[in-house]
Amino acid sequence: MSRMRAEQEGSGAILRPGALLESRPASLRLDRVTKRYGEVVALNDASLTIAPGEFVTLLGPSGCGKTTLLNLIAGFIDADSGEIFLDGRPITRVPTCDREIGMVFQNYALFPHMSVARNVGYGLRMRRVPKTEAAERVAAALAMVKLDTMADRRPRQLSGGQQQRVALARALVINPKVLLLDEPLSALDKNFRAAMQIELRELQQRLGVTAVFVTHDQSEALSLSDRIVVMADGVIRQIGTPQDIYNQPADRFVASFVGDVSVFRGHVAANDGGKLLVTLGQAQIAGADAAYADARPGDAADIFIRPEALRLAGPGEAVIAQGIVAAQVFQGSHADIFIDTASAPSGRVLTRAPASDTAARLRIGSVVNLAIAAQEDVSIFPPAAE
Amino acid sequence: MRIILTPRLLDWVGRFVVVAILGFILCPAVVVTIAAFNAKAILAFPPESLSLRWFTKALAYEDFRTGFRNGLIVTFWASLIALGVGAGFAFVIDRYQFTGKNTLEAVLLSPLVIPHFTIGLGLLILSAQLGAGRGYVIIVLTHVILVLPFVLRSVYVSLRNLDRRLELAAASLGASPGRVMLTVTLPLMLPGLVSGWLFAAILSFNEFTASLFVTVQRTQTLPVAMYNYVREFADPSMAALSVMYIAATALLLVVANMFLGLGKVLNVENAR
Repeated sequence: MSRMRAEQEGSGAILRPGALLESRPASLRLDRVTKRYGEVVALNDASLTIAPGEFVTLLGPSGCGKTTLLNLIAGFIDADSGEIFLDGRPITRVPTCDREIGMVFQNYALFPHMSVARNVGYGLRMRRVPKTEAAERVAAALAMVKLDTMADRRPRQLSGGQQQRVALARALVINPKVLLLDEPLSALDKNFRAAMQIELRELQQRLGVTAVFVTHDQSEALSLSDRIVVMADGVIRQIGTPQDIYNQPADRFVASFVGDVSVFRGHVAANDGGKLLVTLGQAQIAGADAAYADARPGDAADIFIRPEALRLAGPGEAVIAQGIVAAQVFQGSHADIFIDTASAPSGRVLTRAPASDTAARLRIGSVVNLAIAAQEDVSIFPPAAE
Repeated sequence: MRIILTPRLLDWVGRFVVVAILGFILCPAVVVTIAAFNAKAILAFPPESLSLRWFTKALAYEDFRTGFRNGLIVTFWASLIALGVGAGFAFVIDRYQFTGKNTLEAVLLSPLVIPHFTIGLGLLILSAQLGAGRGYVIIVLTHVILVLPFVLRSVYVSLRNLDRRLELAAASLGASPGRVMLTVTLPLMLPGLVSGWLFAAILSFNEFTASLFVTVQRTQTLPVAMYNYVREFADPSMAALSVMYIAATALLLVVANMFLGLGKVLNVENAR
């Protein structure tokens, strides 16, 4: 049934030149999905709604359940409970081959016994797309990833980046309802990865295909995604835009996992129905969200400050902490300055300064005062259990 | 006197040892090959004069002709059945978890440690008990048991080397489990299947010990016919036959190498 529809849509596409590759963006919804492996809960009660055409990243450390979630969407494994909907249709018990997904694997998983063109055409052959139309769509897909001259090569004759593109073309040529990507860029070297990120994002936006991208690299997640799903220990910790995740992390884990952050220990001055005012050194800082709703005045509080929200205090500024410069790391456009201070539970904090004015001014071992640059980028959480 | 082990000396000693070992391995085949061309009716080395008459005699000898024919029949069926059964078991052992898996594997590989004459004798007693007679069925059965471990190992290794994600990728592209098997799994297993079959065929065709028990005059395979011949005669036609044997097996390997590459056939190369 679904296969017939794919064929009709495919032959419809051929009537409109230049539209051989077009997506049918679909919504994806997970409703309280749980997966256990024996005693281990790989994914616990995960609910998630993805809009058509959205690029969503599953982000977390290894073993957080992100790959389990992707494999459940793909149908490689079965959920213990919960339901997955693709385009509003429950697919939890639909076999992988009927789900109309496109999948790109970390190692690309190209068929070594087939040429590039036959790899890309595989999904079309399985759908019994007529030969001439299939050939045109394969050519269009290869042109899309700029590999039209490589059609007759074997996968092992290609570089990692080229194999990556073949895998992408193979997944997209079938006009999948959703594109699943399992750490597809992690095997590429760093410089090339950045270029592929941009290319991937452009391609996804041009085709408008719904994409679910798995990564453990927080900077990749921040730069690629419409929304990020942060996961840890099989639980979804936060779902939000990259800005939300970065500026308003839901908990300590999210705050520390995404981006660099320094943690200071302060005290609650006031709690106005969840809006906190905390004292840190000479400064009073207002909390941006209500993650610590039950705080009472006098309670300890951990204050999470991004490096760019922290700066060396100028004259007359409210000093939040005093410390000693421990290390300076030149990063080109700026310098990372690590400062040892008693105000931080970990003993060390990080700030950034323009590279030009730091090297001369700051020496290892010199005593500096720190101030807050932007109050809105501060998060307040209950103190960590020690 | 002290010998100084310079790297140069070690290098030459090393070369000599390698050449000596290779020479030792090839020695029997070389001796037999040269003896086969002896013009006299004795198995002697080195021969005094040369002739091809023993090749003609070996090819014309009736017992060798039937032995060769019987051997082909037995090898064909035994290697084919062992391939099917062995590949099936290899697949089950690789893909499924079940209780008794280790026992199953041990039983399937046991012909490697059980002496061939034990297996031959056992099946002889069994067929006598059942009154089955000593036809081709019992010989083929014996050979299947003997060559099964080789097929099993060979196919198992190629399955282990197969990246499961290739099958998942095929499924994600719309291939049903049957088509995944036909278009991805089987083609990538092919070197393992071919090498397993090749080992099975060569071993079966050369098998002597167990075959001696389960064959009769009418069904004797070539090695058994050769044994019976050498008990009565000692002329070089045995050696001539051996040379043809070696040539045929080598030809088989050359053909396999041409189509698949020896590395793949012997499963020492990752099947890519």
